[in-house]
Amino acid sequence: MKNRWIKLIGFFTIVTMLTGCDPLLVLDPKGPQAQVQAKDIMLSIGIMSFIVLIVFVILAYMLIKFRASKQSPNYKPPHIKGSIMVEVICVGIPVLIVAYLSIISVESNYKVESPPEKYKNEEPLVVYASTSNWKWHFSYPEEDIETVNYLYIPVGRPIEFKLYSYGPITSFWIPQLGGQKYAMADMVNTLHLAADMPGEYMGRNANFNGKGFAENTFNVTAVQQAEYDNWVKEVKETADMLTEEKFNTLLEPGHVGQSTFNGTHLTFLPPPEGEHGGHQHEKAESKDNKSLQNNH
Amino acid sequence: MDYFERFAIPHPSPAIYASMVAIGLTVIAIIVGLTYFKKWGYLWREWLTTVDHKRIGIMYLISAILMLFRGGADAIMMRAQMAVPDNKLLDAQHYNEVFTTHGTVMIIFMAMPFIMAFMNYIVPLQIGARDVAFPRLNALSFWLFFMGAMLLNISFVIGGSPDSGWTNYFPLANNEFSPSVGTNYYLFALQISGLGTLITGINMIVTILKMRAPGMTLMKMPMFTWSSFVANVIIVFAFPVLTVALTMGTFDRLLATNFFTTSDGGMDMLWANFFWVWGHPEVYILILPAFGIYSEIISTFSGRNLYGYKSMVGSMVIISFLSFLVWTHHFFTMGQGALTNSIFSITTMAIAIPTGVKIFNWLFTLWKGKIVFTTPMLYSMLFIPTFTIGGVTGVMLGMSAADYQYHNTMFLVAHFHMVIIPGVVFAMLAGLHYYFPKMFGFMLNEKIGKLTAWIIAISTLLAFMPMFFSGLDGQARRMYTYTESTGFGIWNMISFIGAIGFAIGFALIVYNVYYSIRYSPRNIGSDPWDARTLEWATPSPVPYYNFAKVPHVISTEALWDAKYNQHELFPEKYEKIHMPNNSGVPFILGCIFFAWGFSFVFSMWIPAILTTIGIFICMALRSLEKDPGHYVSVEEIKATEKKMRGVQ
Repeated sequence: MKNRWIKLIGFFTIVTMLTGCDPLLVLDPKGPQAQVQAKDIMLSIGIMSFIVLIVFVILAYMLIKFRASKQSPNYKPPHIKGSIMVEVICVGIPVLIVAYLSIISVESNYKVESPPEKYKNEEPLVVYASTSNWKWHFSYPEEDIETVNYLYIPVGRPIEFKLYSYGPITSFWIPQLGGQKYAMADMVNTLHLAADMPGEYMGRNANFNGKGFAENTFNVTAVQQAEYDNWVKEVKETADMLTEEKFNTLLEPGHVGQSTFNGTHLTFLPPPEGEHGGHQHEKAESKDNKSLQNNH
Repeated sequence: MDYFERFAIPHPSPAIYASMVAIGLTVIAIIVGLTYFKKWGYLWREWLTTVDHKRIGIMYLISAILMLFRGGADAIMMRAQMAVPDNKLLDAQHYNEVFTTHGTVMIIFMAMPFIMAFMNYIVPLQIGARDVAFPRLNALSFWLFFMGAMLLNISFVIGGSPDSGWTNYFPLANNEFSPSVGTNYYLFALQISGLGTLITGINMIVTILKMRAPGMTLMKMPMFTWSSFVANVIIVFAFPVLTVALTMGTFDRLLATNFFTTSDGGMDMLWANFFWVWGHPEVYILILPAFGIYSEIISTFSGRNLYGYKSMVGSMVIISFLSFLVWTHHFFTMGQGALTNSIFSITTMAIAIPTGVKIFNWLFTLWKGKIVFTTPMLYSMLFIPTFTIGGVTGVMLGMSAADYQYHNTMFLVAHFHMVIIPGVVFAMLAGLHYYFPKMFGFMLNEKIGKLTAWIIAISTLLAFMPMFFSGLDGQARRMYTYTESTGFGIWNMISFIGAIGFAIGFALIVYNVYYSIRYSPRNIGSDPWDARTLEWATPSPVPYYNFAKVPHVISTEALWDAKYNQHELFPEKYEKIHMPNNSGVPFILGCIFFAWGFSFVFSMWIPAILTTIGIFICMALRSLEKDPGHYVSVEEIKATEKKMRGVQ
């Protein structure tokens, strides 16, 4: 009787846990870059679980087999120096595992650092993403519009984010589309992402930047190209113009809701790249922005 | 100038006022108690002016445990705040101060003195020396550390605590975004205690290289001494970087330079580089001596020599090299490009290899052994599985493409707690139980000890395993709150239960000390564990000259050879022993450094200049002083030995 109750409770706990838990965001990728990362994570979890298991088994074996209470009182443990064979195995297998993971890691590294292979024929949509305490400003130079605290992106097209900050270091992160990168005051970082399917995604700043950090989030809406074009058209028709004055008030520390503007701040407050760059490009002689960005 | 406004707390709360009262009452109680029991003279002669490495070790130990409770209280406040969504227990500012001081206190003022305690106490005994190479500098090291710790600890009642994370990333830590004096406290507390650590590093290296007993070649040093040696070499290479970084940060904040600012050519990446060039090796400074302690304990309680001594030494040396080649993995996401990330990804994962070698060597030390489950051994056995989980997740973090997803999340927090708590804290608690009889002459209760070990190990899993999941679910670290819709609630609640478990575990340790002081038998002899190395050849507690006669060593396990292989450990006759005199200068210098740091924190330039002069006067006095030390006569040695051992 008692046993059945335990089984029943156990069953219900498992069922409620399983139905209650949505998949973890990072392991539920909605874009090619996040997919690469999720694949790496699952692979490494597999290999690492195997290693942990081996250590557990050896430890359990040693502790059960060689405990004092199981041996005769006059047993004297031998003096054992070590053996070349054992050490070759103990070093060799980890070397092989690390070598294998290194290859995977390097390969994925180049993948996430370049535009997604899947959409290489598409022209990337460039979005300048900058932060000020504790907001996100997204400028679309192609469309000449700007949003605050939300992103609207087309699916199936690579997005090239240009990240920088008007203040402390922040980190731009949309878990389901791909891992993060820092936004800093004296340089522009590039992050390539893309969304495979329409949906609403969570985005946030992942790097601590003071009091308002917890609420330093933004919404990402991925839509079909046609819908995206509609949205742009609507913004162009209805949104106010972003003036320098308005932008300066936005830069002041604090939280604001979402808003949309015509025009971008790039014209009057250019990002720190090229001749506006920080330490690496003081009055850069070369106006070749591309080569400068590659330096980062 | 308005002093009241300056020293006031920028964000006061009832909790802070309560702590103020508590601190005030404690100080009054201590002063009254010392006066009433006429202990001022005793305190000054035996502790404040001591240059005895064992007493300094014990003072480090007590400070470390106090700081463990301070940092632990911070941890519980954090976990309590996060236990449920939209909690209002702490506001953002307090939460930021709490996690900043938690990190700083735990790494710099808990873990560091904990390993320093064991290094100070054990290393000279283990190599058959009478003290460290520079006993008075050793005292100075302790007082610098202690005053640094105190300086950080007064921050929350005077002027406000640091609030930009223990990593103190600029430009967030600069005046513009952190206007309170909190970050000044951080800079000066770390600077002062860091100087102490650097001095210890030099002191220990010289001690180990120059003061070993006859016959103890480098490859016959016990493993803890080896690990301390490697750790101190890392200290000497890493800490100057911290000194420079802190100085530059100080210049930015107090003298308006632009090393790390957002404008005028400041480079925010530079701080991250400096910080982690020190910060990553720092992890190995902590963990290598901990590994040394595990090696001693596992071999003692397996009744066997340490398996693969040479590969243990080799792996530590390799780890020390690699520790300086991995710092960039702390900012894979700073945009240094695929090539740099790839290189640092590989060097980072490579550290797993020598670390794995050590794990397997410990496992093989158990092989054909005769395993006795004492409290220290239980901690060591619980360490292996928990640390392995922490270690393999480190390899996962080392894969830089995947790290883009782990970075700055709870996954990372879970990883380093799963490494540092089993790796360092378990080791220190194991060491505490193991060396307690040597330090104080009686043992801690085994029953309570084992119960504590289980509670702490289970709490570690409860508190940190959920963070792996919440991290992968998008919970960034250092968020002071979250909404219900995120679904982080369940994970954080389990973590909170784990934190409560920790509190119970650590309270039990205190109870154990109390219980053992009252009830433990005192006549336990010099070697209660049937140990293998030299520190157990002295009486417990150890007389201040350590060894009455100079020991002679033929292997890594001199005492074991003496006990079971007919090795003559003390072949020499009694001779008079030269010992250093006590000195008040290190303590006074420490106090001046405290005032020096405090003056700079509040930019009070006149006291800053005066204290700087004071520091130089102390150093000059020491240089001009002629203090040849003193000799302990043969009669006195014989009398002491007779009293302690009951034999000649």
